[in-house]
Amino acid sequence: MIHLSDVRKAFNQGKANEFWALKGIDLSVPAGKVTVFRGPSGSGKTTLLTLVGCLARPTSGRVRLKDRDISGLPERFLTDIRRSTFGFVFQQFNLLKGISALENVMIPAYPLGHDRKDLSRRAHGLMESLDIGAKAQSMAEWLSGGEAQRVAIARALINDPEVVIADEPTANLDSERSRQFLGIVETLKASGKTVLMTSHDPLVCDTAVVDHVVTLHDGQLVDSGA
Amino acid sequence: MRLWLNKQRNLLDFSLSSLSRRRGKTLGMLAVYTSIVFLLASVMLFSHAIRREAATVLAKSPEVLVQRMVAGRHDLIPARHLDAIKGIRGVQSAEGRLWGYLFDPAAVANYTLMVPTNPRIEPGKVVIGDGVVRARSADPGDLMSFRAHDGSLVQFKVDHTISRDSALVSADLFLVAEEDFRRLFGIAPGLFTDLAVSVRNPREVIKIAEKIDAALPDTRIILRDEILRTYESVFDWREGMLLVLLAGSILAFAIFSWEKASGLSAEERREIGILKAVGWETGDVIRLKMLEGLVVSLSAFLVGYLLAYAHVFHFGAGLFEPVLKGWAVLYPKYKLTPFVDELQVATLFFFTVFPYTIATVVPIWRAAIVDPDTVMR
Repeated sequence: MIHLSDVRKAFNQGKANEFWALKGIDLSVPAGKVTVFRGPSGSGKTTLLTLVGCLARPTSGRVRLKDRDISGLPERFLTDIRRSTFGFVFQQFNLLKGISALENVMIPAYPLGHDRKDLSRRAHGLMESLDIGAKAQSMAEWLSGGEAQRVAIARALINDPEVVIADEPTANLDSERSRQFLGIVETLKASGKTVLMTSHDPLVCDTAVVDHVVTLHDGQLVDSGA
Repeated sequence: MRLWLNKQRNLLDFSLSSLSRRRGKTLGMLAVYTSIVFLLASVMLFSHAIRREAATVLAKSPEVLVQRMVAGRHDLIPARHLDAIKGIRGVQSAEGRLWGYLFDPAAVANYTLMVPTNPRIEPGKVVIGDGVVRARSADPGDLMSFRAHDGSLVQFKVDHTISRDSALVSADLFLVAEEDFRRLFGIAPGLFTDLAVSVRNPREVIKIAEKIDAALPDTRIILRDEILRTYESVFDWREGMLLVLLAGSILAFAIFSWEKASGLSAEERREIGILKAVGWETGDVIRLKMLEGLVVSLSAFLVGYLLAYAHVFHFGAGLFEPVLKGWAVLYPKYKLTPFVDELQVATLFFFTVFPYTIATVVPIWRAAIVDPDTVMR
């Protein structure tokens, strides 16, 4: 589904503090599977996730999504692909404070112009399925870590994406909550979604639901998990 | 179309909820903004309405006034000049007017004395304006006495008072009979304060004024349009003076709003990053923030303008009365006829709503073109 060939990514290119986060990655991510990017801090796993998820463009190399080269597309087209194909669960959850959990879930769908009642119904449905229906009207800042993450997952799913991307999803959760999260991942996989995660948590990497573990070190692929 | 409408509605809903979660900042901004619009709109509405009022009043006055000049000063004009004026072609009518000022030590106020021709006032009686009524607590039937030019006492009985509706021009009026006026000031029969001339064809006013000037070289001619221009410049000057005084607060508001609108907090930057990461386009983010700016500035504009309207037309512009009305002692009490000039509204709208919206959008645009991956770092 997603193919990367010789992908490199530099930050502050041409400046004294130039830094190459990825140094030639060749990788294929299969559809409908759960893939984990593993590696120590600074290994480039989050950068790789941002390239796959159309949040950034590679400095060189190609990223292909379903045989379409997306590495050179302008920002507007990338946004369109990002909105329709990917759902993101960030490490810090990144919920907007001061508004309800329900509204947080609906935010990605606002620019699409869906009917508000339908949208609200769908958001409620997602929250119910993630067992946080009762928290729909709670302000984002009142939620516990586990609840906030599930709201973030519901937000990632509101546009019904094919791929769900999660950055260090268990970093802020205890073991019990981490196991609950993996249960949700299993459901997502069962519904045909592709799941991409970064993690160095053994609980995540060693669980049965994960199909591939890709190991990175210093911006290079150590093990493609194939 | 339906999708587009839904999208705008969703953005508007979200911008309202965004504003409500920064309640303190929003309300503070709204309060300051509303007061500035209120002050500016009050000055504009008041001065515009009063200029119109003056124009309406003057529309009924004679087109040409003729005054005699002696050594560069206004002097009494002899009645024989009337015959010379009536002989000029195009003059519809000409009549002598008697008017002047009288200081009343009891009220410490100046009255404007006039002799009306229609209806005539009986000798010994007086008709007084609303300001005189208040200054002297006078009612119909009361007696008022004044010292004449020779020290003798002249007594008037108040016949009736003039309605407050015309107080703008009649507050200090003191209407008396011709005989009483002449006795009070020692003006001999056959002399008038000035002459009022009506012209048959309004387009001939200037030509006739030139003819009067040629026929009566010792006079000066005052046209109605000139008086109107003088009134305009007096009110323009007052409005300008007040606006200069307000300039400080306007400048303070400009700095305050620029600071508030253009300064993006770290939290706001983070939010923009999140919105972009979850699939919002740069244009969507800018539209959202523009809507927030528009909601604040439009609400402030509407509320400020409505408050100014009520202040000027229902509460007599209490805040600016001493500066803009400018009467010394006998302040007229009256209600201005409501009048709103579209161009004035558009100008005020442009200079208040537009800069604020721009001040909001520029920093948002800068923040919104940042790569969305910043939230992942």
